[in-house]
Amino acid sequence: MSKLHPLVELTRARLLEFLREPEAVFWVFVFPVLLAVALGIAFRSQSPRVVPVGVAGTTGRAGEVVGLLDGDNTLGVRQLAAHDGETELASGTLDVLVLVPDDPGQTLTYRFDPMRPESRVARDLVDDALQRKRGRQDVVAVRDEHVAAVGSRYIDFLIPGLVGLNLMGSGMWGLGFAVVQARVRKLLKRFAATPMRRSHFLLSFMLSRLGLLAGEVGAVLGAGWALFGVTVRGGILDLAVVSLLGAFTFAGLGLLVAARSRTIEGVSGWMNLVQLPMWLLSGSFFSYARFPEAVQPAIRLLPLTALNDALRAIANRGASLTETWPELAVLAVWGGVSFVLALRLFRWQ
Amino acid sequence: MVAAWCRGLVKRYEDVVAVAGIDLEVRRGECFGLLGPNGAGKTTTVEMLEGLTTPDGGEIEVLGERWHKTRNDRLRQRLGVQLQETQLPEKLTVEEVVRLFASFYRRSRPTDEVIAMVELGEKRRARVGKLSGGQRQRLALACALVSDPEILFLDEPTTGLDPQARLKVWELVESFRARGGTVLLTTHYMEEAARLCDRVAVMDYGRIIALGSTAELVAALHAEQIVELELDHALEAPALASLPGVSGAVGRDGGLQLSVHDIGQALPAMLSALAARGVGLRRLTTHQATLEDVFVHLTGRALRDE
Repeated sequence: MSKLHPLVELTRARLLEFLREPEAVFWVFVFPVLLAVALGIAFRSQSPRVVPVGVAGTTGRAGEVVGLLDGDNTLGVRQLAAHDGETELASGTLDVLVLVPDDPGQTLTYRFDPMRPESRVARDLVDDALQRKRGRQDVVAVRDEHVAAVGSRYIDFLIPGLVGLNLMGSGMWGLGFAVVQARVRKLLKRFAATPMRRSHFLLSFMLSRLGLLAGEVGAVLGAGWALFGVTVRGGILDLAVVSLLGAFTFAGLGLLVAARSRTIEGVSGWMNLVQLPMWLLSGSFFSYARFPEAVQPAIRLLPLTALNDALRAIANRGASLTETWPELAVLAVWGGVSFVLALRLFRWQ
Repeated sequence: MVAAWCRGLVKRYEDVVAVAGIDLEVRRGECFGLLGPNGAGKTTTVEMLEGLTTPDGGEIEVLGERWHKTRNDRLRQRLGVQLQETQLPEKLTVEEVVRLFASFYRRSRPTDEVIAMVELGEKRRARVGKLSGGQRQRLALACALVSDPEILFLDEPTTGLDPQARLKVWELVESFRARGGTVLLTTHYMEEAARLCDRVAVMDYGRIIALGSTAELVAALHAEQIVELELDHALEAPALASLPGVSGAVGRDGGLQLSVHDIGQALPAMLSALAARGVGLRRLTTHQATLEDVFVHLTGRALRDE
């Protein structure tokens, strides 16, 4: 057998070690797919539900209101006692409760919780229906146009986020554990006693990620496509480039976090500390637009946010690679700085 | 010709002085042993010579070169190193591990040859995790030998191995030396030092307390026989040290250990001396003097405190 470059041998050894660890293979390849399936099912798009509306009143006027609303098939209208209506409103079985006063001179009352978006919608639907029946005329001519569902469903949003999350998790955990384990077992010290170039050792960890990348990204995208019809609108090659850069970035971060830890417990703590904020803030499961405006620039500077945004731009909007340059720049800076710092801070024994 | 030397070597860890200023010289082609109990500073000394630990004081030269903060690769190409307690990657096979180590060296022996040399040919496709302790240790030696080194550093190469596995390691070291290699090894096994080493430095508390060939060190005891006594009353060592035929006495484990050069004179004299003091003899054993006795004689403690 001819002798190969140490970088090739180190990368090969790293890949073989990973693939021979069934648990690691499960977390990297199988778990994200299971997660995608579970979330895809939980948040699948449903046909618009019938809005539950309660009407309460003691006189015939209440029945009159029910009659007016009954024609609208988006509303599920029931007449009930005011007391029961309050209970159902509180438990969320009713979105809005219409109180009809005995005295015809008095106004109708809509009771609803304005903090619940579906209650606000219900209130407007009921009001709209009543006002029209009573003869209100629309003053502006409008037309509805329904957009195609594929590409704008939750699962379409979710899949690129899961790809990003998976790249972060497997990059950081995979490398962090392997490095600290090698340190605990004094293998790093043994390598340090050879003429092996230290940068080769660290680079081999980053390169090994390259070997796993296609499988990792492919597993999630494939599951999304096969089960939910999620497609990539932009170029597959562009998506591959972004994934590659993301994998390198998190490999660099993983090396940095593991650069000095002497125990598995220690490195786990740091890994969680670094990853948890990004799990929450970086928009993998829900858009970070929900966070206050003031913190969003900071959120956008997080590497996982940049990766998720770039992946979504390509997968959901069909953006080209050049359009995602700000995100790619963020990733490159995180990856590059981490790698250089890791090389300098790295503890070999 | 000197393969490696150090002068005034010092290493402190926080408030512990691990190595307290030692001078050593390892000659080309010899097997040099650092002998001492756990914590004597053997590993720290070897790791400073290997360039893995930076000394706090003193000078080191290995194969005519000094360790630098950088630019050590050229020197490392010429060394073979086996560290205490290295765990090689469990999921890789014997062959993969040796190949990996071979790739680090510009000039290396063929993988197959090294694996055959350490007698792991049948295990070449077995994972490291499935190997026995002795097989793992031979694999560690294969990784040290794959570079065809000029000098081999072995840190407790047979600790924890059964006698048969130990013998195989010894044979490997002997065949490396037969090819002209230099060896520096640490051990706390007397018989290992006696069998493998041309010269031995006895270390205790970070210092060298004796240096010479095994034969010289044993001869310095002026003892052909070692007599160990177990008594029913405590007795100070000097009481028996000046008896005829006795060259020295130390207290050990509540009993006494005498270095004896004339057993014919010493025994009757000792028995009458005990009788005169009214001290009863519970047990008496004698054996040929060994390195172990040298250590006991120098420190009053046994080498292995297990």
